[in-house]
Parts: sequence; C-alpha cells; structure tokens
Amino acid sequence: MFAAVDNFPALLIWLPLFGGLFSFFLKNAQQSKTNAIIFSASSLIVVLVSLFFSGKEHFLLNQVSYQWLTSIGSNFGLILDGLTRTMALLTAIVFFLVFLLIPAEQYKDANRFFALMLLTQCGLYGVFMATDALVFYLFWELALIPVYFLASIWGGEKRIRATFKFFIYTFVGSLFMLLAILYMYNKTNGASFSLMSFFNLNNTASEQYWLFFAFFIAFAIKMPLFPLHTWQPEAYEQSPTPVTLVLSSVMVKMGLFGMLRWVLPLFPLAVKYFNTSIIIVASIGIVYASLVAIYQDNIKRLIAYSSIAHIGLMAIGILTFKQIAVEGVLLQMFNHGINIAALWIVAYMIEKQTGITAISQLGGLARRAPVLAIFMVIASLANVALPLTNAFIGEFMIFNGIYQFNWMVAAFAGLSIIFSAVYTLNMIKNVFYGEERTALHSFADIKGVQILVFVVLTALILLVGFYPAPFFKMFSDSVGLILTKYNS
Amino acid sequence: MMYTGFFVKSRNTINLIAIAGIVLLIICNVHEFISGMSLFSIDTKGMLFHSNFGLVFLLIILISTLMYFLLSGNDINAAGKSSSDLYALIFFILSGIGVVAGFKSLLMLFLGIEIVSIPLYVLAGSDKSNLKSNEAALKYFLMGSFSTGLMLMGITLIYGDTGSFYLDAIKAGLSVLTPMKAAGLLLVLASMAFKVSAAPFHFWTPDVYDGAPTVFTSFMATIVKSVAFYAFLHLFDNAFGNLHEDWKNLVAVIALLTLLIGNITAVFQQSVKRMLAYSSIAQAGFMMLAILSLNVFAKQGLLLYFAGYSIATLGIFAVLVKMKDHSVDAFNGLSKTNPIIALSVLVSLLSLAGIPLTAGFFAKYYMLLAVIREGHLMWLVVTAVLCAAVSIYYYFRVIQAMYFKEPTNILTLEFSSTFKWMMIINAILIIILGIHPDIILSLI
Repeated sequence: MFAAVDNFPALLIWLPLFGGLFSFFLKNAQQSKTNAIIFSASSLIVVLVSLFFSGKEHFLLNQVSYQWLTSIGSNFGLILDGLTRTMALLTAIVFFLVFLLIPAEQYKDANRFFALMLLTQCGLYGVFMATDALVFYLFWELALIPVYFLASIWGGEKRIRATFKFFIYTFVGSLFMLLAILYMYNKTNGASFSLMSFFNLNNTASEQYWLFFAFFIAFAIKMPLFPLHTWQPEAYEQSPTPVTLVLSSVMVKMGLFGMLRWVLPLFPLAVKYFNTSIIIVASIGIVYASLVAIYQDNIKRLIAYSSIAHIGLMAIGILTFKQIAVEGVLLQMFNHGINIAALWIVAYMIEKQTGITAISQLGGLARRAPVLAIFMVIASLANVALPLTNAFIGEFMIFNGIYQFNWMVAAFAGLSIIFSAVYTLNMIKNVFYGEERTALHSFADIKGVQILVFVVLTALILLVGFYPAPFFKMFSDSVGLILTKYNS
Repeated sequence: MMYTGFFVKSRNTINLIAIAGIVLLIICNVHEFISGMSLFSIDTKGMLFHSNFGLVFLLIILISTLMYFLLSGNDINAAGKSSSDLYALIFFILSGIGVVAGFKSLLMLFLGIEIVSIPLYVLAGSDKSNLKSNEAALKYFLMGSFSTGLMLMGITLIYGDTGSFYLDAIKAGLSVLTPMKAAGLLLVLASMAFKVSAAPFHFWTPDVYDGAPTVFTSFMATIVKSVAFYAFLHLFDNAFGNLHEDWKNLVAVIALLTLLIGNITAVFQQSVKRMLAYSSIAQAGFMMLAILSLNVFAKQGLLLYFAGYSIATLGIFAVLVKMKDHSVDAFNGLSKTNPIIALSVLVSLLSLAGIPLTAGFFAKYYMLLAVIREGHLMWLVVTAVLCAAVSIYYYFRVIQAMYFKEPTNILTLEFSSTFKWMMIINAILIIILGIHPDIILSLI
C-alpha cells in the first residue's frame, strides 16, 4: 500500500500527511507557507481531477483496500463516492484558501503551525473516505490531535482550558462510538470492521437503540447539537481564527457525515424510533442558538452560535430521512462550509488588522474597506439563505423534507431563518455601517490574494445558487444507498 | 556479573558488560523461538516448558530490559555505590523471569516469583541514605512476603484437593468447585492481585514506587508488572481455566475497583512520580480485563500491552530521573529547551492515554474487544472507557506543561546524544507498534 499511489484516495491521504511532516523540518516561515500552499493545491487538483473520473468504470481509481490488520480483520479501506467526494472537495477548497490567506509571519513557529494544519487536513480526508470502522475511528481521533495543539499553542488567553474541554468532550463521545464499533464487530460473521458487513448485520431493535445512541453522542458532540454544544463557543473564540475556520467549516461536517454514512444506513429502526424526540430538542436548540446570536457582541461568538443553528437544521434534515431533505443536507454541508468560511475570513481580516473582535468597538468599515464590505454582505446574505445564493437551495430542500415530516416543526425551525436575518444584518450594520471609530482610521482594504479568495468563494456561492445540478448528479447514488433501508 | 565488580572499576565497562549480556540472552531467545531447540537442555521433569507464547513474552521483556539499560544505564550507576551489584541483582531478576515465563508447576511459579521479588526488595532500598527508600524497601518486603505466604497457603490447599502441583493435572481435575479449591483459588488470586497491584491490594504500590530510586521504580513499574501479569494469566488460564465462570465476576470487580481507584487518585497527584505510580495501577486495571476474558484477543492484546506500556513508561521514567524534582512544573517548557525529548515523552504519554496511532491504543482496544467478546460485562467495558477518558486528564497535564508553558528551569538540562537517540527509537517503536501491531501479534 505504501507504494500504491495510483488511486485518488491514497493520494489524498499521502499528500497532506507528507506535506505536514515535511513542514516540521522547515526553518523559514515563508517556506512553510509556500509548502502548505503547494501541498493543499495539489490535493485540490487531485479532487478536481477525480471529479472527471467518478463513473463506475473507474472504480479502481476511487478506492483503496489493503489488508492492514489481518489478525483482527481490519481492512484499510477508503472510497471516493459521491458523498465523500463532496466533502473532500470542501476540505480541499477550504484549506487551500486558508493557506493563501494566512500571512507567513503571523504565527511564530510557523512551520509547526502549517504542519499541524496539513496533518488535520489528512485526518479529515481519512474520516470522510473511510469504509472500515476502525480506520474511521482512527482518523476521527487523528483529526482531533493537531487541532488540540493548534488551539492550545496559538490561541487566545483562556485557550488551554477551552481546548482541553473541547478535547475531553469530543474524546468521551468518540469512546462511546468505539464501544459500539467493537460490539458490532463482535457480531459480524467474518470478524470484519467494514461498513458493508456492519450494514448486513441484522441488529435487534433494542441493540440498535443503544448502538444508535453511542454513535449519536459522538456525532452530536462534534456538530455540536444542543444541549451538547457548550464546548463550542468558548473553543471557537479562543482558537486562532484560521483554526476556527477549519473547525467550523469542515470539522463539524464530520459529525453530519458520520450521521449520513454510519448512523442512517446501520440503525434504521432506532432512527425511526428516536427521531421525533431528537428533532424536537434540536429545533429548540436552533431557535435558542439564533436568539443567543442576536445578543452577542463578540463577532467570533456570533458566528459560532450561527453555526450551531445552521448545523442543527441540517441534523434535523438528516433525521427526517426523507429523500429531498437528505439531498438538501448533502448540498448544504458543502454550502455551509463555503458560507461560514467566508464569514470567518471576514472576521479574520478585521481581527488581523485591528485586533478587535467586539462588534461594539467596530463601525463604519464600509467607508474604509468597500471591497471587503461587498464580499461580507454577499457572504452574510448567503448565510441567511437568500434566494439565488447556494444556501437557499439547500435550506429549501431541507425545509421541504421537514415539512413533509411535521409542519409544526418546520414552522418552528423556520423562525431560525428570521432570527438569522436579524443577527446577520445587525452585524453588518454595526460593523460596516454607522459611525466610524477612531481605531479604524487606518484600516486598509483587502487586496490581491485576499480579493482572489473572496472572488472564488463568492463565485461558488452564486454558481451553486444558480445551478446546483452537477452536485446532485454527483451524490444521487450515495443518497440512494443511504436510504435503502427506509424505502419501505 | 557480581564478580566483575571486583575486576572492573570503570562504570562504563560495567554498563557495556550488562548490555552485552542482554544481547546474548536475546540472541538465545530468538534462536530457541525460531528453531525450537534450546541451548542447554536441563531435565526439569516437565516443570518448565517454554511455549511460543512464553518465548515471545520473554523476548518482549528482554528487549524492554535492553532499552532500560541503554536509557538509564548511567542512572543505575548513580543509584548505589557499587553498580555491578545492582546489575547483578537485575540479572537475577531476569533469571526469575525466565522461570516464570515457562512454569508448568505451581512450585516453579512460587520459585520464580520469589526469585523475582527478593532482589527487588533490595533494589527498592538501594539508596541507603534516603529514608523514603528504606521505608519503601521495608514495606515492600513485609507486604511481599506476606502475600507470598498467602500464595503458598493457596497452593497447599489446591494441592490438597487435586493431589498435584502440575498445572495440567490441576486443570484436568478441576471441574467442580469444592470449598477447599475455592479457598485455595481465592488465596492465590489475592496474592497475585497483590503482585500486580490490583485494588484492593494495591496499597503498597504508591509508597514503594515513590520511595524507591526512580531508576528502579522504572524497572518495577514496567517489567516486573508485566511478569506478574504474565504469571497471573498463565496460571489462571492453564490451571483454573475450567472454573472460569466461577471466578470471572470476582476478577471483574477487582478490575473495576483497580480502574476506578487508579485513575481517580492519579488525577489529584502533584508529583509526576506518584502520578505514574497510580497510572501503573490504572493500567493494571486494563490488563486485568485480559485475565477476565481469557480468549485469544486477551492473550494477544496482553502481550501487546506489555510491549507498548513498558516502552512508553520506560521512556517517561528515563526523563523523570534526570529532572530536578518530580513535580509537573519540572516539565514546563520542555518543548522549547529539548524538543526531541519532549516529542518522545509526548508520544509515550499519548500511548499511555490510548490515542490512536500509538501502541497503547491498540493495546487498550484489544482489551476492550476481549471483554466484549466474553459478553455480559458491558458495565465493565463502559467503566473502562470512562476511566480511559479520565486518564487523559492527568497525562495531558504533563503534555500541557511541556508544550504550553514557559520553561522555569534556570539550569537547562543536558541530555547526552545517546540518550536522545534512544528516546527517538523509543518513540518510533511506539508508533510502529501503533500502526502495525501485527508485528507482535502474528508471532504468537
């Protein structure tokens, strides 16, 4: 396997891994940044190329299967199907853009910073592509460790406590998932960890219930879902903003992805039994998070709570197990990644130049930085799911599914859209318009590479908003596979 | 070994002789493993027989001891006046380990355990000027002798009931639990639990580990614990295997107590040395899960556990010996002053905590798998998993001190380059075992 780089998944794992390890040995900050850009660009190219080779006749190119631990029957299996390709595309784009944006001199020991970011990217690819439960668990934990170090070394004042809380919370959740994996492994005929053999297990209803919960807890902590979300605002606030960007844009999708790939197919009885109660709690959570977001002064916390609300909506969509909702969620995972990345980049630009994250201390930026203001408005409107933006398609489909499930939940959750408009437009008004503060007199508008990044993001927002069909073509097979046990 | 002390005054030579001795033993071991023939053939009337399992175990022990000598050789010299005596004692312990690795008779078990224990009492007290060391040695001696007495009593009762000392004969005759057998079993269980420092027989461990010179704590916490667990497993698998259902729940309770006491108390420790002592109790709790299950996962996993746990703990202790004091603050900022050492300690700590990519993850994982396969013990598995989460707290405290705090040491520590290389090899071994544990597992 170590020589087999003739397929896409292996390349996607090896490129960031090698780039990250290599980065530890670089001396110069500028070298590290260039190194990071090269490796993330190459993985982006790999993902883009693989888009053209996604048909069934190319299946050899799109999967890895290697006898890893024969004594316990674990197979190092990776696959690039529609669902994982969407996620891999998101990861590749976000990391590439982030590396373009970070100035090389901003973080001391930059070589370690970029190395850890690349290692996180490797872990994320692995989580999305794994078809073997042990490999999934391995990469799930592996994605966590570099983030822990990134936030603890380069974060804000209260970072150590915040990240430790985040780490322990997530770790406990994933330990429960490990138990469920071990239990199911024990039940398989040929002692195997692969997704297919788990899928073929016929678990009894009561078994499914607790297995579902074990997995669900791990994913609910990751997303996070109310009321397991308490680690998130603090961790997001204390982490350095590029890390928060990666966390919020890609890492939370690990939770949603896990629900789609591992929970829905494997535990249909449990999903049908528990979904109503979880949906109710989650919708309360969405409205709660949106309300709290309205009152936030800290821009990072505001975006954090907004993220909780949006992810909650996607979780509800998954749990309705309606075809249209699940397709909407798949699209929305990509969209939310792009939109929230754009918002975080704006926050990053502001914080980098002024060091201010409190909205009350900002104002009138549009006069100084009109270009930034334009992009910010577009990103915010996308966040609110205005028609013609990408999020509109996703949210519309999700709401369609929720409405089919229960119109009252749809109405209640729909409140969150209104609230999101409130806090988003409020934020724009207070940050960019209104009276200018003295601290901002020297604010320079964005230029060069930064404009390029925003153009790419905006293009994605608008293009997907106009023409989402290619995406649907890409993951329609996966959706069918996920929902096979629900079509009765 | 002892007599070389007369002839050779230079400490380095003694180190080298010791290392050469270990390498020789490793070669003999591998030779026997591969070809099935032993170097000397002594007729032990069937009391000693080394199966593949035993030989692999011996190999792990010998390699760990080799690493121990390479890492801490200089510190052994510093521990007592005459280092050749101390090395000799360690070699005596190794010969005891050899006996324990292949016992087929309860007499051999007793003999082996005693040969291992008595030099340990001396090693614990080898720092004659330190009161804590004397106290540790006395405590260890008293409690150790008492527990050996219990073991003898248990062996006697079992002999009285089954009429034989040989493990096979006992296994054959043991299908129904009579009061005499039960009493004998309980006594032997208690004494073995003492040796492996399982709760509620663990009370000697923190004081002895803390009082003994750190070099020898390192040896005790890793290699001796592995030996004790091996003896435990071998005994209960071969002799009392047929009564598994009867003693399974008792061992489960012991494992539960050990996990809880070990992990929760370790959280409150301020001294790294004491924290590692309690952490070894906690790890013993995990290893008890193997005794509990006795299936193939348990045996394979236990060997992997020995390897991973020994290498990781040896590494951390080796660094701890060099520190000025044993508090967590001594590790502050180690990543800035000595990045290589800090990285190696990081890998060791991650392995002890059970993070994937390290040997410790697979070791814990096999233990959990073994218990799940056994069935009906999910409460224990859940507790074990929660305790693993708790353990993260105290292991990560050291990591946080190393990486996220500023160095407070005014004097920077000097580490020789051999030491650094050994630590790197240490870390690499842990990661290799973490990616491909089949290296050990497929040998059995």
